[in-house]
Amino acid sequence: MNKIFLIIQREFISRVKKKSFLIATLLVPILFPAIIGGLGYFFVKEKENASAKTLMVLNESQSIQLTSNDNYVFTPVTGTLDQVTTAFQESEDFGLLYIPEIDIENPQGIVLYTKTTPGPSVVNSIERELEGSVKDLKLLKYNIDPETLTKLNTSISLDTRISSAEESDKSSNSGIASTIGYVTGFLIYLFLFIYGGQVMQGVIEEKNSKIVEVIVSTVKPFHFMLGKVIGVASVGLVQILIWVTIMGGIYAGAASYFVGPTTTTNIEQVAQEGEVVQVQSGLENNPKIKKALDEIQNIPIVSIIFTFIFYFIGGYLLYGALFAAVGSAVDTPADAQQFMLPIMLPIIIGFFGMSMFVFDDPNGSMSFWLSMIPFTSPIVMMGRIGFGVPLWEILLSMTLLVGGFIFTIWLAGRIYRVGILMHGTKVNYKVLAKWFMMKN
Amino acid sequence: MEALEVKNISKQYAEHVALSNVSLTIPEKSIYGLLGPNGAGKTTLIRIINQIINADSGEVYIKGEPLNQSHISVIGYLPEERGLYKKMKVGEQLVFLGQLRDLTRKDAIIKSKEWCKKLDIMEWWDKKVEDLSKGMAQKIQFISTVLNEPKLIILDEPFSGFDPINANLIKDEILELRDKGSTIIFSTHRMESVEELCDSIALINKSKLILEGNKQEIKNSFRNHTYIVTHKGALNGSLASDFSLLGTTDLADDLFESTIRTTDKYGPNDLLKNLIDHTEINTFTEKIPTINEIFISKVKGGDSE
Repeated sequence: MNKIFLIIQREFISRVKKKSFLIATLLVPILFPAIIGGLGYFFVKEKENASAKTLMVLNESQSIQLTSNDNYVFTPVTGTLDQVTTAFQESEDFGLLYIPEIDIENPQGIVLYTKTTPGPSVVNSIERELEGSVKDLKLLKYNIDPETLTKLNTSISLDTRISSAEESDKSSNSGIASTIGYVTGFLIYLFLFIYGGQVMQGVIEEKNSKIVEVIVSTVKPFHFMLGKVIGVASVGLVQILIWVTIMGGIYAGAASYFVGPTTTTNIEQVAQEGEVVQVQSGLENNPKIKKALDEIQNIPIVSIIFTFIFYFIGGYLLYGALFAAVGSAVDTPADAQQFMLPIMLPIIIGFFGMSMFVFDDPNGSMSFWLSMIPFTSPIVMMGRIGFGVPLWEILLSMTLLVGGFIFTIWLAGRIYRVGILMHGTKVNYKVLAKWFMMKN
Repeated sequence: MEALEVKNISKQYAEHVALSNVSLTIPEKSIYGLLGPNGAGKTTLIRIINQIINADSGEVYIKGEPLNQSHISVIGYLPEERGLYKKMKVGEQLVFLGQLRDLTRKDAIIKSKEWCKKLDIMEWWDKKVEDLSKGMAQKIQFISTVLNEPKLIILDEPFSGFDPINANLIKDEILELRDKGSTIIFSTHRMESVEELCDSIALINKSKLILEGNKQEIKNSFRNHTYIVTHKGALNGSLASDFSLLGTTDLADDLFESTIRTTDKYGPNDLLKNLIDHTEINTFTEKIPTINEIFISKVKGGDSE
């Protein structure tokens, strides 16, 4: 038993000591938000800087009026459609909007000609311009005062609550908590690939450097494999804990920087100006903001962290063992390709299952089954957890996961013990099956 | 008490028989050569002794005790396919491997340092293995094999890849370990090192043991009444019919070397008596077969049987 510990220790220390580990551990929590922030920044910037698109408008319906704005410049043209189309082909304008004589109750036949296929957001925004114009016409037609219309607009935020016998109703946080679920599910997806790949890489290296036979003459191959898998897992766990700490620190720092000062100025402003008081109280009474604040307070952080760690370890053990078995069977990473697909497929199914089914219906039967099957449950259950999952389902899923990784470790161990001592064998699934059946 | 006893070991992989009913007795404080052509089953046998794989049937005893986990600490094993962790430092690596052979961390450090000093590689202690030359790495592999002062040392092709200087160094260490009381099992294809080092040998061919015993006794048992004579003046058919001339080479100036075989009835003196009348004898020796010759005749003979 203490030999497994020796293997784990060696695996852990040799990995943690690497420069690449230090760099990844320190840079990721800084780079990740920076990349997302940077992309967001450039997205906004591009929107701002984008020059307005020029559209020719051949307007045969005099009733519809389009006024140029920041995004679009509408230049009215006259002539037949054919003439205008030819002119448009020669011009540098973005598009030609043809509005025939239309009935505002049933506007049909409006066409947008462009030189290249326009993106959906462009089509949508032009549609909105037209709809606005038609709406104005209709208001006029039905004699509705625009001010009355504004008053008719009401903002409602639905407060979803879970009604259960044991606990008093609490906010079910379908917004923020589910985002956390999605992010943690995605992290598990990512880590399964990264650390699973590392286990495989490590096994192939040991096989190639031929240290294996010396080691298996002192420990059982199964213990050797287990030590390696657990060693890499502990590296992953330490890395995550460091990331969470650093990101938590950055978040807390940023929060105190942004939230702290504004609150105090608000209070000062409240004291000085009467008008602001109204704004303030308006802000607090705004149901959406109030709900968001409530949600943040109600997120079950502890239980999410606990389940995350459990599913990370469980999912990792399940797949790590399989990756180790693949590594033991081949001589080079290139040979491993053929065995990777069946391992990667369920991971990818888990991720898409979470993205598609869980967000559509977190308690639907697809979500349920994917969060029970051990091969997908680490990812899918994390996606569901934010929506509130009955305790029995979590416990069942966890039990199945434990059973699942015991099974895969056993299976992988049988292949590993033979594969690790084989050099230069051409391996296919039939050979793997033979190794699996081989007696010790 | 025998250092190692292998009794009726058989092992079969899928369709291929690796060992069939092999028994060996390895005396204590000896160097025991395990010989055989490629694929004979030597590595399988060594892996069974090292408990890497299990035999299908048969038993292994170390000093009379059935083989078990506690024997890991008394065995030192240098496999043919050997290597080290490239990214690990020499010292860390030796300590790690020592601990795997049940040394405490403290002992592993002390013993590793002793050996590094002895083989003059102490300055490499903090270097990574990937920065070492091949010969250096081989020294480290050898140290890792003997670190736990094993009573039974199993060396599979220990000299392959060694330069002559390091090979001699390791040879001296092996002899010293034997003199200190270790038993060494030595698997190799290099017959000259068997000739030089081994006290006993076993020959395995096609999964079966075909020969085992003391090296000298085996060699003697393979004597076939053949003598090598250097003499002045050609023999020119002057031999009696009981003696057959196997070959003659002209050395120089009327000096010849002839290989002559007698029948069972006659000893060397009879041959000498016969020769004296015809020629002047310079040297007269009995031709004792080399291990190499025995190996080849046995393996080839096994093929034709």
